[in-house]
Amino acid sequence: MLHIVNKSPSERNALESCLRFGRNGSAVLLIEDGVYAVTRGNAAEPKVKDAMRQMQIYALRPDLEARGMQDAVIDGVKLVDYGGFVDLVAEHHCVQSWL
Amino acid sequence: MNEATADIDLQEETSGTVKKFMFVNRKAPYGTVYALEALEVVLISAAFDQDVSMVFIDDGVYELIRGQSTKAIDMKNFSPAYRALEGYDIEKLYVDDESLKARGLSTESLLVPVEVLNAAQMAELMDQQDVVISF
Repeated sequence: MLHIVNKSPSERNALESCLRFGRNGSAVLLIEDGVYAVTRGNAAEPKVKDAMRQMQIYALRPDLEARGMQDAVIDGVKLVDYGGFVDLVAEHHCVQSWL
Repeated sequence: MNEATADIDLQEETSGTVKKFMFVNRKAPYGTVYALEALEVVLISAAFDQDVSMVFIDDGVYELIRGQSTKAIDMKNFSPAYRALEGYDIEKLYVDDESLKARGLSTESLLVPVEVLNAAQMAELMDQQDVVISF
């Protein structure tokens, strides 16, 4: 399963819920305002790091760059461009977009 | 194979495909239109004889509260529709235990029979789906 989250963790609990129901081997892709969750010092950092032990965490680089956060990304988070986004969707059996 | 039989084969193939659809409800009923829209999509999917389950997480559990009365806010009370789902062969309703507890609710507060799952059980169920649509 690929989970996609597009909301800031300080605005909505989408990421929190997503991580609660994510399983071993699932992938999470942060896009749009969701990318703030994978930046150092954000309140969501401990939860993201915890999730990284059993899931792959990705973030969309163009959205990080648009927000000037590309240099603040937590170690271990994989950055993808739009092509990588498409690859992730194609690689997974099912995609869940959390609203 | 002529054109006519090819048509028939195609029809049989299409009607025989049943996918597992899960609709994830995470919003309270009247503040936004998500809950009502989800319900409408669920009813449409039922018309296509798919394997449908509905899941209620976070504020989505508020959709199922017994005794909703919307007269004074001039909006349609769509909560009776959850009771009608059974008539459309949608009988798989699952509620997240933690979401209920965090809101001081129990299944007794709900207007339909549901199965209560913990996070691990819910995650497993999500993983079994072909299509997951979140509201």
